[in-house]
Amino acid sequence: MEFFRQVLVIAHKDVRAELRTKEAVNASLAFALVILLLFSFAFDPESETTREISGGLLWIVFAFAGALVLNRSFARELPNDCLDGLIAAPISGAALFLGKALANYALVLSVELVSLPVFSIFYNVHLGAQLPELLLVLALGAWALTVIGTMFSALTVNIRLREVMLPMLTYPILSPALMGAMRLTSLLVVGTAIDKDTFLWLKLLIGFDVMYTAAALMLVDFVLVG
Amino acid sequence: MRDKILWILGIAVIAILTRDILIMVGLPPEKSQGAVFKIIFFHVPMAITAMAACGVALIASVLFLVTKNFFYDALAVSVTEAGLAFLAANLITGSIWGRNQWGIWWAWDARLTSALVCWILYASYLMLRHAIDEPTQRATFSAVFSIFCFIDVPIVIFSIKWWRTQHPQPVFWGGGSIPSDWFAIALWQLLAMVLLGAMLTIIRLRDEESQREIESMRRIAHAF
Repeated sequence: MEFFRQVLVIAHKDVRAELRTKEAVNASLAFALVILLLFSFAFDPESETTREISGGLLWIVFAFAGALVLNRSFARELPNDCLDGLIAAPISGAALFLGKALANYALVLSVELVSLPVFSIFYNVHLGAQLPELLLVLALGAWALTVIGTMFSALTVNIRLREVMLPMLTYPILSPALMGAMRLTSLLVVGTAIDKDTFLWLKLLIGFDVMYTAAALMLVDFVLVG
Repeated sequence: MRDKILWILGIAVIAILTRDILIMVGLPPEKSQGAVFKIIFFHVPMAITAMAACGVALIASVLFLVTKNFFYDALAVSVTEAGLAFLAANLITGSIWGRNQWGIWWAWDARLTSALVCWILYASYLMLRHAIDEPTQRATFSAVFSIFCFIDVPIVIFSIKWWRTQHPQPVFWGGGSIPSDWFAIALWQLLAMVLLGAMLTIIRLRDEESQREIESMRRIAHAF
């Protein structure tokens, strides 16, 4: 119980700090909007084929915009040596990591939930057909992005070229989850239900989340404490 | 001692490869693919060697985290570099075969994509190492990242079963049929590739150790 209380304290602290400045969320949302705009030049936004690849576009937006939130997660603690204070605090590294991951999850999910309707309007995609399944895929994909991003945010916080290294490490590891999320989202936004074949992708997404959450919780102490 | 092992490994690799190539030249062309089929005697053993290298890198990384012995860190980076070379060779030989048989250099099917993802993953492992200066931090962080990479490897192996794919079903162990003497060559080739990989790893390990020695000497010199 004590562990979860510690997790919630960290998560609460992070969300409150972010809501006071709103720097990461605002930047992330603006960035998502810019990418959505740029895609309209790359693809004809009104054609049927664009709707078929829209799941892919959407997840590229989420992955890029999410990286902005995740990059700030540990970098925010660098001024005034806050990170050293957090590590010295009497909580386990796993609690610190999970707390930060939960806060990031809330932020990434909120960015996704705001950009989803914007995307739907811009690209004439009807989200209503399979909304519960779509939200499930969104939640699973966002957790994959968050858990990997938070872990590598901790890993890269003190190294040279932090801003470059985070996406370079995150996206390749994330690629199986992104593939699954893209495939499922593309199907769901055109109204296709999840059948036996596509269920494999859902299983992949769930397995990815579980495996990497477990791995991150086990290994985060090495990254934070050494 | 290590030099002797290197010499023995080198001679063994050359001997096995010479023997295999002589036999391969004598083999008749495959019924539908012709002579290009023989590339599989390099393609598949290289893939298996690269996978084995990933496994060794995982074990070395875990052992480093447990023991904090820098030998395991050096082993992890050496075997990763050797494995990366084999995976690159695997991708290139596959590409040549694909150009001949499919008419395209590259197809974005699940297995090719996963192999490429694996290659990029382990390449970013090396880049991560370059970005960190402090040796203990570098070793710890890259060990953690290597473990994360390895979790991706099963997805590569099983992807051919999970996803519909353009890549041909495995010829060895996968429903395909192959004459037993061809299979024997493949096994000999596998042995040659594994020995070659071990040789490259030992050479690279020696580099890594002397580099660490130079670094520590430099630190001592700075201290004075």
